[in-house]
Amino acid sequence: MSAREFPVRRLRPARLAMYAIMVGFALFYLLPVYLMFITGMKSFEEVNISRMWDLPSGLRFDSFIAAWKTLERSFLNSFQMVIPATIVSSLLGSLNGYVLSKWRFRGSDALFTAILFGMFIPYQSILIPLVLTLQRLGLYGSIPGLILTHVVYGIPITTLIFRNYYASIPTELLEAAKVDGAGFFTIYRRVILPLSATGFVVVAIWQFTSIWNEFLFGLVITNSPQERPVTVALQNIAGSQYTMWNVQMAGALLVALPTLLVYILLGRYFLRGLLAGSLKG
Amino acid sequence: MERSTQFGSSQQLTRRQLIRRTLAIGVALSSSASLLAACGGGAQPTPTPAPQAAQTPAAAAEDKLEIFSWWTNPGEADGLAALFEIFKQRRPGVEIINATVAGGAGTNAKAVLVTRMQGGNPPDSFQVHAGQELIGTWVVAGKMEPINDLFEQEGWSKVMPKTLLDQISYKGEFFSVPVNIHRSNMLWYNKKVFADNGLEPPKTLDDFFAVAEKLKAAGVTPLSVGGKDKFEVPHLFEDLLLAVFGPADYTKLFSEPSMWESDPRVDQAIEVLDRFLSFANEDRSALSWADAAQRVIDGTAAMTIMGDWAYGYFINKGAKAGEVFGWAPSPGTDGMFMWLSDSFGLPKGAPHRNNAIEWLKVCGSREGQDAFNPKKGSIPARTDPDRSVYDEYLLYSIDRFAQDALAPSVVHGAAANEAYMTEYGNALNVFSASRDKKQVKSMLIEAARELKT
Amino acid sequence: MAGKVAEQVRPRVARREAAARARFPRVDRFIPFVVLAPSVAAILVFVYGFILWSTVVSLSRWQGIVPDLTFVGFRNYATIFTSYRFQSDLRNTIVFTIFFLIGSLVIGLLLAVLLDSRVRGESFFRTVYLFPMAISFVVTGTAWQWLFVPGTPQEPTGLNLLFRKLGLPVFIAWSTTSEVWPGGGWQPEWLRVPLGIPLAMLPVIIAAIWQMSGFTMAMYLAALRGIPDELREAARVDGASEWQVFRYITFPLLQPVTLAAVIVLGHISLKIFDLIMTQTGGGPGFATDVPGIFMYETTFKSNKYAEGAAIAIVMLVMVSVLIVPYLIWRLRTETER
Repeated sequence: MSAREFPVRRLRPARLAMYAIMVGFALFYLLPVYLMFITGMKSFEEVNISRMWDLPSGLRFDSFIAAWKTLERSFLNSFQMVIPATIVSSLLGSLNGYVLSKWRFRGSDALFTAILFGMFIPYQSILIPLVLTLQRLGLYGSIPGLILTHVVYGIPITTLIFRNYYASIPTELLEAAKVDGAGFFTIYRRVILPLSATGFVVVAIWQFTSIWNEFLFGLVITNSPQERPVTVALQNIAGSQYTMWNVQMAGALLVALPTLLVYILLGRYFLRGLLAGSLKG
Repeated sequence: MERSTQFGSSQQLTRRQLIRRTLAIGVALSSSASLLAACGGGAQPTPTPAPQAAQTPAAAAEDKLEIFSWWTNPGEADGLAALFEIFKQRRPGVEIINATVAGGAGTNAKAVLVTRMQGGNPPDSFQVHAGQELIGTWVVAGKMEPINDLFEQEGWSKVMPKTLLDQISYKGEFFSVPVNIHRSNMLWYNKKVFADNGLEPPKTLDDFFAVAEKLKAAGVTPLSVGGKDKFEVPHLFEDLLLAVFGPADYTKLFSEPSMWESDPRVDQAIEVLDRFLSFANEDRSALSWADAAQRVIDGTAAMTIMGDWAYGYFINKGAKAGEVFGWAPSPGTDGMFMWLSDSFGLPKGAPHRNNAIEWLKVCGSREGQDAFNPKKGSIPARTDPDRSVYDEYLLYSIDRFAQDALAPSVVHGAAANEAYMTEYGNALNVFSASRDKKQVKSMLIEAARELKT
Repeated sequence: MAGKVAEQVRPRVARREAAARARFPRVDRFIPFVVLAPSVAAILVFVYGFILWSTVVSLSRWQGIVPDLTFVGFRNYATIFTSYRFQSDLRNTIVFTIFFLIGSLVIGLLLAVLLDSRVRGESFFRTVYLFPMAISFVVTGTAWQWLFVPGTPQEPTGLNLLFRKLGLPVFIAWSTTSEVWPGGGWQPEWLRVPLGIPLAMLPVIIAAIWQMSGFTMAMYLAALRGIPDELREAARVDGASEWQVFRYITFPLLQPVTLAAVIVLGHISLKIFDLIMTQTGGGPGFATDVPGIFMYETTFKSNKYAEGAAIAIVMLVMVSVLIVPYLIWRLRTETER
């Protein structure tokens, strides 16, 4: 008996229950954002943890403006950091994935495993040597230093995604190209790259989000407002003595905006990329 | 190219072309962005690494001053700006870089500072608690320049209280100039709640218990305590230690570690703390000290024991001094002033040393302290302030600072080094949750191992 | 197909490359290495080199700003393993990992199954479920911290206030208690902390699931969509109920995805830092503390570099215990192919 043969009457409660569950979860996911939004609309005197669900007295955007004034510079810094880092780490991942899936040699799998391990180390454990190394390279306290850090630590995950992605490209395509005399880079340009669009989208979304939201490196590698990324600046709004929650929540929403937009606009491509096997075992 | 694989039909090809085009535009945009970044990067004021330890003559590079602090709240940020103004009047044309790092209850700032100092890339001056926090961390590591000459020159030794000077110096040398003084042992109470119940603010520990019983019976939380910032209960305990030991013996606790095991007053203080907490709100660990103070403003709690930065919070929240809230020394500590002080020092290898020294002069000057402190809500370390710029509470505090017996705060970096502060704080926070008196005593004894005599 | 490729690869380029290969017959063999070299070099330095550095420091007595690499054996490890805080951390990490994983997988699967059943507004629901992933852990921790402040039964705040307004007789005070459930159970002598689930971990687990269940949902949805309908139809035709179809056809095919999700979520949970730091700071009384926070504070607040490095190495070992068997298994199954 297939689902279509169920009498309509018996179908209703089940569907209703399904929708109820889905709406319930949607509320669960939206609740904190709603809270952040109404808190951001309040004035500092209004903000009170005992009255947090009260609606604000008016549609006031002062907190957002105040937060933006503090965050403005950091937004620029974050974009300057995220965009190059995403592009470079995506390209590196793509090239590495290409090599490791299509140009295997003895030990290439072991090498891949060794690279992959880098994804799992706790970043606190390498903070000090990282800073010392960056200082020696003259990149400490600068956005290029942050970019380098994110590129290096993004290599494992981008390589993983692309390697899995390319694994599903039939080898016959490459064989045919080789027969026609194409070499490494030509195959990359003519065969691999045109097929990589969805892979790049998945990697770009993933990297953009991770790097934009990253806090620890941003905190320790930069040390002045000129280079500081947006997550660190957001913490600064929190203040060292007490927090002005209305500005804090408003700032948090502003910081989340770029990545939110990315997910809202490109979410379906992300899904499609997952479908194409980017993150499979 | 036709594909019949999972990459779909030629229809999807068009969509993929669209994606490719978007990506291409994105690449173009971001390459121009990174180009801009690279150009902008050239003009960024990244300080040069330390190899030039030899002082170059002031001629070329002294066009900047980088000050590192965690003063991001309103009030303190304004105070800092006021100091910058004075500096700019003395040295026009110097660009001041205001490097602030907040969050993590100061740990984030310390993390950044440590990595910078480790790498020989210090700021020109940085905010640090005067006393053992500075000494135990930076001075013993040889990272700070002594500034005795400055103290002599500017006559600070004459205008700052002797006890204070003793407690901030190391082996007879000074390494930082205190800008302000905050008081730790203060009780803040809701005037209406007290009036309604016919109560006076408690003077002794026994007074407190009597008042607390009455309040509890009336359905008001007697004592509002926080815990989220991880220093609230340790702070309460240090004020109780002061009440039980008195200023002289309290100070000895941090130079004679064996006292923690042998002195019975330690157990007494723990007992008192346990009793105090029995009158406090159960949801402490989720509240910051400010949330706890809010309850006093709202009238749902009667008292809170917190340093006098709470005063600034009350005012910013619109509560009127003397109308909504009042203050008194924390129970049992009348005549005692537990101080903590924000100060600035001179790191070795400061990139703009002459500017840094000028900055220190500003910080220690009467003009500077009188510009900074009213805004921050603290009192000057100097004993000769211009009384007209300070409000009711601050004048009260200035008078008490001049007359009361001084004791250094342990929770806020004056009495002991960072490692001890952390262990002490851990012990008290565990106790706040577990109320296990034996456990906290043994943890405090363990913590005392960090005290270096 | 081959003809199309030939059209793509212009004859001139091909001839040039063939000529180059004739002159330097080994070139093509080296190009893969050359391409990989920068990444390998970077990983060698920034991962393995740094791990080595941390190991050396963890075996030293470096305390304070001035480096001191005198070898002292495993003393630091002994110190941390016998400390109340670290034992609490280990217990908390295990509890957090287990419940975070199970919660995210189950909820993700549930939502994916629901979304896959041809519902209306699928795109809307999918976006709502996915968007928490876009948010930083720092922001998540801040918001959820507020939600879980309990207040008192007379004056509730946060979620309790919401429950009160909705007329629900629920009052949860998880975030302010250091109670462990079930508590009072068996506990060995040398253990300083009670075994069980610290109630204060629950708000953190919920916040983490809130953030990452969209990810597992996306993975499962993609996997479900990849299962050919014919398989399921065939089973239905043979008389299987929906549940049997799910249990015997769909579920087994989801295993690779589950494995991938476990790996990704697992390593996030073992390294968790930002979320807990902003939501609870590790309190109350270390009921939610984790090694990541302990390491950060030990190194940067107390300036005890050697102990901090020891904690970091232990974290690394914990992660390796989870990851290395997986990596080796992968390696073996791949080289078999």
